[in-house]
Amino acid sequence: MDFIFQTWPWYVSGFLIGMVMLCLIYFGKTFGMSTNLRSLCAMTGLGKKVGFFDFDWKAQRWNLLVVLGAMFGGFVAVHFMGDASNVSINPKTIAQLAQLSIDAPNGKLLPDTLFGNAIFQSPKKILILIIGGILIGFGTRYASGCTSGHAIYGLSSFQLPSLKAVIGFFIGGLIMTHFIFPLIF
Amino acid sequence: MKALKYILVGIVFGIVLTKSEAVSWYRIYEMFEFQSFHMYGIIMVAVVTGVIGIQIIKRKKIKDIKGLPIEIIDKEPGSTRFWVGGIFFGLGWALVGSCPGPIFILLGAGFLPMILVLFGALFGTFLYGLFKDKLPH
Repeated sequence: MDFIFQTWPWYVSGFLIGMVMLCLIYFGKTFGMSTNLRSLCAMTGLGKKVGFFDFDWKAQRWNLLVVLGAMFGGFVAVHFMGDASNVSINPKTIAQLAQLSIDAPNGKLLPDTLFGNAIFQSPKKILILIIGGILIGFGTRYASGCTSGHAIYGLSSFQLPSLKAVIGFFIGGLIMTHFIFPLIF
Repeated sequence: MKALKYILVGIVFGIVLTKSEAVSWYRIYEMFEFQSFHMYGIIMVAVVTGVIGIQIIKRKKIKDIKGLPIEIIDKEPGSTRFWVGGIFFGLGWALVGSCPGPIFILLGAGFLPMILVLFGALFGTFLYGLFKDKLPH
């Protein structure tokens, strides 16, 4: 039973993510998490002012249930299935992070530097998280999908637009970690 | 029961993404630094599983849970939106280390600062909706 508490290997995790997508396809649905952001916007009644949100979000309720389940799954996994050995990333990565003054994982999923509750006292870090979120929300809707919709669902069904989007994801990600991180951290 | 199956799939998704550490900011940073195979392995195996599954569905004409034919919806053709939108998302993905799924998963797990990322993501989605017609697709 010990393996449950360890980091799940990539081949087990990848297979299970693929199965989650296939389950949703079997239910007659698709796999895509960013669509929920649009639904949440539409739920607030934005559709009356902005045409993009004037759609039947209730038809997307199933996807909001998937997200609700995922939130609960995250809670269970973090609180009951963790171990101090988790997130054992490359020591080289840890050394590099130290240079950016970002704390090492030591079993944590997220660095305190960016996600500890102390960040609420730092306007700079609040801004980093909000801007990151805006880039995610704007980018996923512009590209009409995120990691789940394009990288997993789109590539699995051999869709060329998804390949373009995924290459775009990596161009953006590489620019951020290699060129922008040294400027902001 | 209809609702329950979606919640159950969601729970599995949340646990797998957490236990595989795909929700970890560190893993995303490590991936973009090419210092580990872990994330690439996850994405590759997920895609291979998906390809095999979708091919089986198509060749055996497997019906969905309601007995209807399964349709794989094609993305609309185009280029600009996928490249440019993709790059915007990639910048955000690397900065806060989470894509839309993990934002919710980590919030559920109790990482309160994630609420800022969620607000940002909703606002970003709103901005796209507002400027959609002025943007090149």
